[in-house]
Amino acid sequence: MHIVDGALSNPVVIAGAVAAVGGIALGLRSLTLERIPAAGVLSASFFVASLIHVPIGPSSVHLILNGLAGLLLGCAAFPALFVGLLLQTVFFGFGGLTVLGVNTVNIALPAVLAWMVFGRLIGRGSPVQGAIWGGVGGAFAIAATTGMVAVSLAMSGDEFLPAAKLVFFAHVPVMAIEAVLTGFAILLARKVKPELFVKGLPA
Amino acid sequence: MAHALGQNEKTLTETGALRVSGRIGSVDPRVRILAAISFGIVVVGLSSLMTLSVALGLSMGLLLLSRLPLRPTLKRMAMMDSFIIFMLLLLPFTVPGDPIFTLWGATASWQGLWRGVEIALTANAVILALMTLVGTMEPVTLGHALHKLRMPETLVHLLMFTIRYIEVLREEYLRLRAAMKVRGFRPGTNWHTYRSFGYLVGMMLVRAIERSERILQAMKCRGFSGRIHLLQDFALTVADRRFVALFGGALLLLICLEIAWR
Repeated sequence: MHIVDGALSNPVVIAGAVAAVGGIALGLRSLTLERIPAAGVLSASFFVASLIHVPIGPSSVHLILNGLAGLLLGCAAFPALFVGLLLQTVFFGFGGLTVLGVNTVNIALPAVLAWMVFGRLIGRGSPVQGAIWGGVGGAFAIAATTGMVAVSLAMSGDEFLPAAKLVFFAHVPVMAIEAVLTGFAILLARKVKPELFVKGLPA
Repeated sequence: MAHALGQNEKTLTETGALRVSGRIGSVDPRVRILAAISFGIVVVGLSSLMTLSVALGLSMGLLLLSRLPLRPTLKRMAMMDSFIIFMLLLLPFTVPGDPIFTLWGATASWQGLWRGVEIALTANAVILALMTLVGTMEPVTLGHALHKLRMPETLVHLLMFTIRYIEVLREEYLRLRAAMKVRGFRPGTNWHTYRSFGYLVGMMLVRAIERSERILQAMKCRGFSGRIHLLQDFALTVADRRFVALFGGALLLLICLEIAWR
C-alpha cells in the first residue's frame, strides 16, 4: 500500500503531510518515556511482520497488520507506524519521500480508528469473543486503508478512478486474511497474557 | 516486502558496521537529509519528460558516487507495489487522448502513456536519490541527524528503539519459523496455515511486550531518569559547503531546464 512519488496532486500531498504531522504529534503526547521501549519494540515487530508472506492461492500477500498495531498501541500507533514507513522508504526504497505523509495517514489513521471503536471490546468476554472483535477490527483497518488509498488516488485525478476501484475489490481477500490472522493473534495473546488487555500496555 | 531481502541479508546494518558509501559517505548527514528532501520536492514539481530523465541521470550519478552495489540498489529502486505497477499499466487506457491502439474495445492514448512514464521517472529518481543520500547512512546516525534537524525527541527515541530491535525480532521470527518447519509446517492456502501464522504473530507480540518490560527494568536499574542523551555532534566542513553549492546548482539547473523545455 505504498503510493509512489509523482502520482498524487499537490493538494493531496500537502493535506496528507499536515494530517500526518498532526497525528504524530497527538500520538507522541500519549507516549511517556516509560512507554517508549514498549512502543519501539512493537513498532519493530510490526516492521518484521510486514516481511511475512502469507500464501493465497498461487500468489502471496505480505501482512500489514495495522489494525493489530492500533489495537495494541492506541494513539501511539501513529508515530510507531510512521517510523516503520520511514525506515522502509529510506533503506528499502518502498513508497516515496513526498508521499510519506499520505502513506502514513492511510495506514495509521485506520489503526487508531480501529482502536477507538474495537479497542475496548477485545478485552471483554471470553478470549474467543475478544478474538472475533479483533478480527473485525483487523478487517476494518485494512478496508479503511485500501479505501483511503483509493480516495487519495481518485482525488488526484479522474484517470486513477478505474484503477482505484479495481484495487479496492482486489484487496477483499487480503482483508479476510488480515482479519483471520489478527483474530488468532488476539486469541493467543488473550490466552497467554490475559492481563495485557485488562490494563493495556505496560505503563 | 520480503522479496527485497535476500536469504542471508540483514534488515538494517548494525551500529559500527563498516559502511562503504564513497564520496557521499563523507558529507554531513544533515546536509544529505536536506539535499534528499529538496531534491524530492523539486523533482515532484517537474513535468517535462526530458527534465525528469536528467533528474534520474543525476540520481544515477549519486549512486555511482555512493559506491552502493549497483544491481541490488537498482532492483530496489524499480520495485513498487504490484498495485502501483497495475495502475501505471492502466493509465494509457483511462486518460483520454490521441489513440495508439485498441485492445478489446479499450483505446490506449499517448497522453496516458506519457503520464505513466512521467510518474515512473519521478518515483524512481526520487527514491534512488533518497537511498543513495540517506539510505547509505548508519540507521543510528540517521536518528541523530534527524534530532539535530529538530525532529521531536520522543519520535527520535522511538526511531532508535525500532532500529535497535528490528534485527533482534527478525532473528526471533526466523527461529519461530524454523521451529514450525521442523514440526512439518508447510504454508498453503488453508485454515491451518492462517491459524498458525496468526499464532506466530501473536507469539511474537507477546514476547516483544515481555522483552520491552525487561528493557525498561534494565534501564531503570541503570538510573534511567526519563531522558536519553544523544551524543553525536555534527560540524559543517568546507567539503560539505562545496557539496551544498554543487547540489543546489544542479537543482537550479533542473528548474531552468523545466522552464526552457515546457
